[in-house]
Amino acid sequence: MGDAAMSALTPILILAVALLAVFFEASFDAPRRWLGAQVDLLPGLMVYVSLSSNLLMVLAFALVSGFALDSLSANPPGATVLPLLVLGALMQRFRHLLLSGEIYAQWLLGLGASAGVPLCTVLLLMALGGAPLVSWGSVWQWLVMAAVGSVLTPLYFLVFDQLRWMFGYRPVQETSFRPDREIARGRN
Amino acid sequence: MLKKAPYIALGVAVLLALIALKLPNRAAAQFKLAVGSLFLPLFGVVSSSQHLMSKAGDTFVSRADLVDQNEQLRHENQELKFQSMRSAELERENGRLRQQLGFLRQSPWKLLPAHVIARDPANWWRQVWIDRGRRDGLRADRPVLAADGLVGRLAEVAETRSRVVLLGDPACRVPALVPEIRELGVVSSGGNALDSSLLTLGYLSKSDQLKAGQLVVTSGLSTLFPSGIHIGHIVDVHAVDFGLYFEARVKLLVNLNSLEEVWVMLP
Repeated sequence: MGDAAMSALTPILILAVALLAVFFEASFDAPRRWLGAQVDLLPGLMVYVSLSSNLLMVLAFALVSGFALDSLSANPPGATVLPLLVLGALMQRFRHLLLSGEIYAQWLLGLGASAGVPLCTVLLLMALGGAPLVSWGSVWQWLVMAAVGSVLTPLYFLVFDQLRWMFGYRPVQETSFRPDREIARGRN
Repeated sequence: MLKKAPYIALGVAVLLALIALKLPNRAAAQFKLAVGSLFLPLFGVVSSSQHLMSKAGDTFVSRADLVDQNEQLRHENQELKFQSMRSAELERENGRLRQQLGFLRQSPWKLLPAHVIARDPANWWRQVWIDRGRRDGLRADRPVLAADGLVGRLAEVAETRSRVVLLGDPACRVPALVPEIRELGVVSSGGNALDSSLLTLGYLSKSDQLKAGQLVVTSGLSTLFPSGIHIGHIVDVHAVDFGLYFEARVKLLVNLNSLEEVWVMLP
């Protein structure tokens, strides 16, 4: 999962998925009807990006997905970008300490990210003088966002690792045959 | 220097986000409309596929169902014709009386149908996007209705789409009237993030005459909403600020969670 494994396709794929995730959140209202809250797919995706890519990819993801989400929302532009940037940069900085291959760790990181990003966004909006609709019901929405985000994060790892394996460069398989160790058989 | 490059990039990204946050309202709206236009092809694809699916679904409706529906619609149509005749007569009478009193003649509503194409992805706003914009003659702050009553108002208008602030959003406050007792108030967000159907009607004085089930309509005491648009029914009344004034909970007539088609009132 290191930088070397990244092909040129991976950044394009990740940014396309970011835009599709934002489009999904705006177009498909089923989670809001069933659970009372729209799910946020971006924090979990940011966990995957920050643990599998370099800092530039993290920045690109935060800027593209954050500005895209804010463009379809009443948030001021940048309100989602900053929490995503902070989350991504912190995880990228300390990724050598995180057991990113473990499903439990992915779940826990997804939970923290999906709970932290909406909270930071609302606090940022309030600090900027906005009046977002926050009540006791928001606690339920926050729990739904965190729970769904935590379940989805290991799935992102599973799906994207599989896609990278399918479309990425693969290491050349070395054969055990070595010409210098060949035993020449002959009559002389 | 190369080692520092990612941190410089991080600084630039944070700076960009901060600049975007501090943009003036007009520039921020234009920036958001420009970025949001990235999604126009996707909205188009979804809208066409929904249209195709509904067309495909139409081919499977049985003839008996269609005949039943047709019969029902014919009855409804006749009823509406009678009501329309009566309304036209009342309107003429109203016009004559207004003329005698020297009042301005009220112009009939001009409505433009629109489809809801997206919702605000954030849980802390109540807004939707519709598929009509400046090209269709829309301007900001026009009222938006559904068949049952008021939905909200236009907040932002782009060339081909517009953002509607729904009732219940902190940015949508409507001067209202309880016609039964001629009591004025202001309908604002109910403050409940989970239930979008309950709003607050504030600044009321006649608590003893307010009863559950009374109709609430727009009062016309604002330049944005004309009078007489249905909003909802009163659920209950309670005192605020040690009985200084009263607030009522209002149940909306329109189900904002299942909005698909709305009507924008044109000037």
